Amino acid sequence: MSELHVELRGALGDFRLDVSESLPAAGITAIFGPSGAGKSTLLRGIAGLAPDLHGRIVFREQCWLDSERGIYVPPHRRGVGFVFQDARLFAFRSVLGNLRYALRRAPPGPGLGVDDVVSALDLGSLLKRATGELSGGERQRVAIARALLARPRLLLMDEPFSANDVSRRNELLPYVRALAERFDVPVLYVSHAVEEVAYLADRMVVLRRGVVHARGAVDEVLERLGGDLPDGPFEAGVLLHGMVRDHDDRYCLTSVAVGAQTLVVPRLEVPVGAAVRLRVRARDVSIAAVAPVGLSIRNVLPAEVIAVAADIEGPYAELTLLAGNMRLRARITRAALDDLAVATGSTVHALIKSVTIE
Amino acid sequence: MNAPLLAAPAADSGLEWGALWLTLELAAITTALLLLVGTPIAWWLARTRARVKPIIEALVALPLVLPPTVLGFYFLLLANPDAPLGRFWLEVTGDTLTFSFAGLVVASIVYSAPFMIQPLQTAFASIGRGPLEAATMLRASPLDAFFTVALPHAARGYLTATVLTFAHTVGEFGVVLMIGGNIPGETRVISIALYEAVETLDYASAHAMAALLLVFSFVVLAIVYTADRRFARRVANP
Repeated sequence: MSELHVELRGALGDFRLDVSESLPAAGITAIFGPSGAGKSTLLRGIAGLAPDLHGRIVFREQCWLDSERGIYVPPHRRGVGFVFQDARLFAFRSVLGNLRYALRRAPPGPGLGVDDVVSALDLGSLLKRATGELSGGERQRVAIARALLARPRLLLMDEPFSANDVSRRNELLPYVRALAERFDVPVLYVSHAVEEVAYLADRMVVLRRGVVHARGAVDEVLERLGGDLPDGPFEAGVLLHGMVRDHDDRYCLTSVAVGAQTLVVPRLEVPVGAAVRLRVRARDVSIAAVAPVGLSIRNVLPAEVIAVAADIEGPYAELTLLAGNMRLRARITRAALDDLAVATGSTVHALIKSVTIE
Repeated sequence: MNAPLLAAPAADSGLEWGALWLTLELAAITTALLLLVGTPIAWWLARTRARVKPIIEALVALPLVLPPTVLGFYFLLLANPDAPLGRFWLEVTGDTLTFSFAGLVVASIVYSAPFMIQPLQTAFASIGRGPLEAATMLRASPLDAFFTVALPHAARGYLTATVLTFAHTVGEFGVVLMIGGNIPGETRVISIALYEAVETLDYASAHAMAALLLVFSFVVLAIVYTADRRFARRVANP
């Protein structure tokens, strides 16, 4: 089985890390948690940059660390790529010089030429530039290209876009998603932004104060944790995987098939048949006891209430709904819950006010 | 020490080219050897978390505050053919360490060490762990990372360290006087020649040599500061 097994323990000042995880070495796995949860420390431990941590690391049946047996593979022999938060380009080399540095040290093997990576990250026009002239986003693209050119067997990314603003980040994230597929390298991606995780990752590990708080497929974990996420910027909701069915040019709308259901969203600039991820926040879902008429909301789906969680001390209740095979979460007031006499098993209509495209 | 002092061929006037040449040779050899010896020490000091670090730092800095005569006195004791170091040297080379050019080189290395090691240590420390970790993550071994990342980053430190060490060795006087004496072609460096010129009231020669040392030191420092500025600009905006 191709996987990464990590057991790392250790104290750094007041902070203690104690993690034991097995992750499939494929696709993108997010390490998620608030700052100070130990995400970066864990990543540095896997890379071999945190000698104070002990435990055991096995990657694809190759042992990198076994403190009990005295095994320690130095970081440069682990074949791990690392994209740091602060890019860390070599200041005295040009962009091309930085890329060549990695290329010269890559193990021999087929494919993955400079041209591939340069075009995948749109670096063509930057190659001659000095690193000091690059913008933050450009620096990170160069850092990613450089890491890839060393032909890593595992790519670690430590909040690479945290220094970029949101719109810039949204431009950069597609690169990462494309890379993991195109260059077939497993990625561990540290983030404290749920939007990033939802967009990028297949699986996630949630860290909290140095221990694993939750793990699993991203949509499951996000749904399960809901408002209970460590640092609270996340809003309860669901992540849906859909496929573009058709575009309505007249009204500038796009229909997306999610299982047997169809959601209509503002026009997406992607071809018919493309896979998209949608997020529906609980607060954007209302319910109606009977089929509503004369309503501006386009996405109305019959659904069954499968769980009700009411916060006795607060105004809201959260419902989990099942519309066909599509799960939704809805956040309504407790007063409405009582008025409508909704309980587990009730049949309702879910009114989806808005959908975010991830 | 009196004999060679009296026997010294006092130049009629002006520069003593032999002494000047010897001085430059001493400074060049000392600087070259200190580059080799000082680099690993500075690297270690910049990166170690060992408890003995402040002790080593104090030892390196000692020649800055000690009167050169103190250094020269102890070196004289150590280099004496009856002492272990002096005997070892005599057995290996067949020559004494005291009153010889080799002795001057060894003493100059100790005496000028802080001028080499301190700028290098500062330069290495200012690199931080970032660039080196980045190199490591690109499969560079520690030695590879040192030569390809640390050295280019520390280039300014090397410029400063090299020039200061060279210039400081050129200006050496007390240590030479204590352990080298005044043997023409062997230990008679320009500062000694200048001293002797003054002692013998040969002010014309003294003027020539003093002016030369003054101009040399000024020109060297001016070159360093100019190069340093250019360098800074090139790194910031290459």
